[in-house]
Amino acid sequence: MSPDRVERHPILEVPAHPEIVEFTFDGRKLEGRKSEMISSALFANGIQVFGRHRRDGSPQGIFCANGQCAQCLVLADGLPVKACITPVHPDMDVRPIEGLPELMADDAPVYLRREIPEVETDVLVVGGGPAGLMAVTELGAKGVRCVLCDDKQVLGGKLSLQTHNFFGSVDDCYAGVRGTDIGRILEQQARAQKTVDLWTDSPVVGVFQDGMVGVLKQGHFTVVRPKSMLVAAGAREKALAFAGADLPGVYGAGAFQTLVNRDLVKPSRRLFIVGGGNVGLIVAYQALQAGIDVVGLAEVLPECGGYKVHRDKILRLGVPVYTSHTVLRAEGTDRVERVIIARVDAKFRPIPGSELAFEVDTVLVAVGLSSVNELFEEGRRLGMKVYSAGDSQEIAEASAAMFSGKIVARKILQDMGFSAEIPSEWLRIQAMLRSHPGPALGFYPPPREMNVYPILRCSQDIPCNPCTDVCITDGITIPEGNLLGRPQLVGDCVGCLKCVAICPGCAISLVDKRHDPSATVARVTIPWEMPEELVQVGQEVPTTGNEGEIVGTGKVVRILSGKSLNRRRLMVLEVPFADAEKVAGVRIRSPETPAVPEFVPPVTDDEVIVCRCERITKQMIVDYLENTGSRDFNAVKAALRSGMGPCGGKTCAELTARIFRELGVDLKAVTPPVHRPFTQEVPMKAFLVESEGSNRV
Amino acid sequence: MKAATEFDAIVIGAGSVGNPTAYFLAREGFRMLVLDELSSSGQGQNKAAIGGVRATHSDPAKIRLCQQSLEIFSHWKESTGTDIGWKKGGYCFPAFTEKVETTIKGLLPVQKKFRLNIDWLDAEGIQKVVTGISPDGLRGGTYSPDDGQVSPLLAAESFTREAVRLGAVYRYREPVKSLVLNGNAVVGVRTEKGEYRAPTVINASGVNATGLCQMAGLNIPILPDSHEGGISAPVQQFLDPLVVDLRPGPEGKTINFYFGQDANGQIIFCYTPKVPISGTNRNSTYEFMPIIAARLVEVIPRLKNLTIRRVWRGLYPMTPDGSPVVGKAPNVEGFVLGVGMCGQGFMLGPGVGLNLASLVAHGKPVVDREVFDLLSPARDLYAGKKEALK
Repeated sequence: MSPDRVERHPILEVPAHPEIVEFTFDGRKLEGRKSEMISSALFANGIQVFGRHRRDGSPQGIFCANGQCAQCLVLADGLPVKACITPVHPDMDVRPIEGLPELMADDAPVYLRREIPEVETDVLVVGGGPAGLMAVTELGAKGVRCVLCDDKQVLGGKLSLQTHNFFGSVDDCYAGVRGTDIGRILEQQARAQKTVDLWTDSPVVGVFQDGMVGVLKQGHFTVVRPKSMLVAAGAREKALAFAGADLPGVYGAGAFQTLVNRDLVKPSRRLFIVGGGNVGLIVAYQALQAGIDVVGLAEVLPECGGYKVHRDKILRLGVPVYTSHTVLRAEGTDRVERVIIARVDAKFRPIPGSELAFEVDTVLVAVGLSSVNELFEEGRRLGMKVYSAGDSQEIAEASAAMFSGKIVARKILQDMGFSAEIPSEWLRIQAMLRSHPGPALGFYPPPREMNVYPILRCSQDIPCNPCTDVCITDGITIPEGNLLGRPQLVGDCVGCLKCVAICPGCAISLVDKRHDPSATVARVTIPWEMPEELVQVGQEVPTTGNEGEIVGTGKVVRILSGKSLNRRRLMVLEVPFADAEKVAGVRIRSPETPAVPEFVPPVTDDEVIVCRCERITKQMIVDYLENTGSRDFNAVKAALRSGMGPCGGKTCAELTARIFRELGVDLKAVTPPVHRPFTQEVPMKAFLVESEGSNRV
Repeated sequence: MKAATEFDAIVIGAGSVGNPTAYFLAREGFRMLVLDELSSSGQGQNKAAIGGVRATHSDPAKIRLCQQSLEIFSHWKESTGTDIGWKKGGYCFPAFTEKVETTIKGLLPVQKKFRLNIDWLDAEGIQKVVTGISPDGLRGGTYSPDDGQVSPLLAAESFTREAVRLGAVYRYREPVKSLVLNGNAVVGVRTEKGEYRAPTVINASGVNATGLCQMAGLNIPILPDSHEGGISAPVQQFLDPLVVDLRPGPEGKTINFYFGQDANGQIIFCYTPKVPISGTNRNSTYEFMPIIAARLVEVIPRLKNLTIRRVWRGLYPMTPDGSPVVGKAPNVEGFVLGVGMCGQGFMLGPGVGLNLASLVAHGKPVVDREVFDLLSPARDLYAGKKEALK
């Protein structure tokens, strides 16, 4: 059986000879890779159902892939562990959990020492993503003592999952550099600070009385007593409640990025994406890069909310985008086999009869992010000096998070009595980086009289300027004079291709009319980041315009690669002269005609799971709220156990809020859920400092 | 037909005591109003309880009331159709020291006198009852198989629902600002939203009880102190009884601790601090988990493989003599107290509620008057000796 692994990747490095470990699942001998997570090892072996829920036997698998829920629970050598954050060991005996796990009957006495380590510091930074890393670099430069905690083994946060060139500004936030590389750069900068301690594999699990903060430092409960705390814990994916959303094979786009881009696992053959924001659009592109077919993408609004350049590049590759469509249900026995979407009316209600069905094995949910700010709120409630930065403060692009980290660090320095200025320029750039894309205004047309020139298909105000920076003739400019405006070719072009190579939106092609004096054919160079084997030199390929419309065919003349291209390749096509300006891409898949299902019963509220941990349906919550008139999240928790499971309401709290709104209740009149430690479940062993010695309890 | 603001009785506090009291009075046909300052029922200290219910006390009144609580809880599903997580797993007090052995053996005569099903078991017997208990130093212990556990959350919810079904009106986010007095009689209450009238007002307001008593000119000193608790992720049922270890902890901070596995499979645990922590602070401390983790694995080593889900801190409304204050207020007409439960409000609640309802509706408690009067608000709250088994 061939394992479900990414064997080749156009951007990411695939280890040629990974170290193999043998382990068993349910007694079956399997191969995994050294120190990869159990979940990835199982996915790589085609296993996506990890157990069955104790309440109804429903299949359980990956959902968050981030250690936050407990849907991926397995028994590893007798202990229940989250498969997504537990590395697989040689000869590990992994078993599915059917119902409740049994507590291992290990009655050997425990020898203890009692000290729980306590660490004092000036600033505790929660989260080692773009905001946190920038902040400690800024704080460390002034000699401020910092402890930065991150729950992952590798710093960089979600940057380490981003294979694309970044938007933003070249001068200020590494625009044009790939996210994975930015993460490494930021980490190096932070590591260079002498007063900064970086703790990986160390989730912050609770804030306690007297401003003490509990950290699960590499498996051991450790207490940090900071003078102030900066929460830069990022965001979590919003969930969507639809029928079958709890089936294995439905999960977040971020979870998918973790599996594919971090662990190089191929969790799907054919997938469907729900949500046309930047995350959904980018992940469609990333799936294709990993050799996974993207059957379609649905967006409930009439237009995708993400950058148009992101949408256009997947349209060009042949991924259909269904705007004004919502997902009705995911169907399948034990895992997703089919997804049904429907067109919506002006009030976002599905229109009966408009349903479309797609045979897929995976449905990715990418319907937005919400701030992870519980520790900030708890810290504030406890009277701590707390700050937040990055997505914890406001959801935006990673480039904005970097700025936010710098700015908040300066604010902390000021509050500590340092002379530290916050340049107004920083605030201005931060505001731009946080801005939402403007309307599509059309792109500046190419100049007529030139023989070689780029077509800059950038038609929206978005914060991005690498093309203006790399142009060797300084021929590209943004007339508005700021980061947000659209670039225009105003000067010379020598055909150096640098703009084609760097444009984060893959929105620039180079037209070269110098090769054929008879003006029969011209050459067009486009950026190419898809798997190498898809297109070969000499091949005839279908060419598309900017938004995926078929133009004709082109012949691949060359595929350029090289160090200066930063792992992007450039495809040189020979196309009919008249097509040259139209061609913006090549199609790698033919959009299929989706099946029109005969009859789709309307989705009922008892098909929709709201609390995944405790299997609480929307109907149960609606009934409770209607029968009692309750205006209290905590009453729903107490009565139904919704939100009382291992994830602590991270998914269902927001979905329950939506139910309150649907019932016409103003959320301001609803008592919010009470948060108590721990923000994630902590093994008892973390609190037990075992010793070899005989100083018995 | 009465006005919307007129009731037969008003209960202040939708908690461990107030909910059963309202339910039993509603069952007597009383038109009930329940007021609470919080947003829903059971959101004060009720939900901080770990849910253990035992009749095996040493105080006769508590024994009798908790026997009734056990009767009510254990038949709740039959009578209402609602599962409130009743688990008849018993209580076990293991003895690892001579001192503990002497203490718990000393209580057996009183407990036997009240026909409680409790006995001393030798070490082997305790090992059969408490799966995985460390045999190291185990001398034996007492075991009372008729005690049990209930989910405080589900119980509050169910008492409320049944009371409402019987016509009780619950009003939330309405703290009582003052009592309506007529001479030396309480005839109603005032909140920010208005005035409610009833010939009987029942103070079941837990940690707020002292202030309400003062509104009636009564001095019932109830001072909260705090206790922390925690709960694990669920595992398959393996531990039947609630286990109480009466030894002080070697860390010098705990005088005893207790734990059990609830009907849901979760291990729920709590300790009693050596130095009481007075006040209403409910923020969790970082040291609770390390301290109790060490104690738990000492008694049952296999608990080291648990996963901890949540911790919290709840308040015990303490009286000077450590006993509840239950009955008609002295010298004030129409004012009834079910307060000062000293951390046992959840297990006492149904029994207290049943007796207060009978007292209000029929002028006498269900249990013997002389036993009931041991908890009388008219007693000298500073005279009594604290109960041995708290």
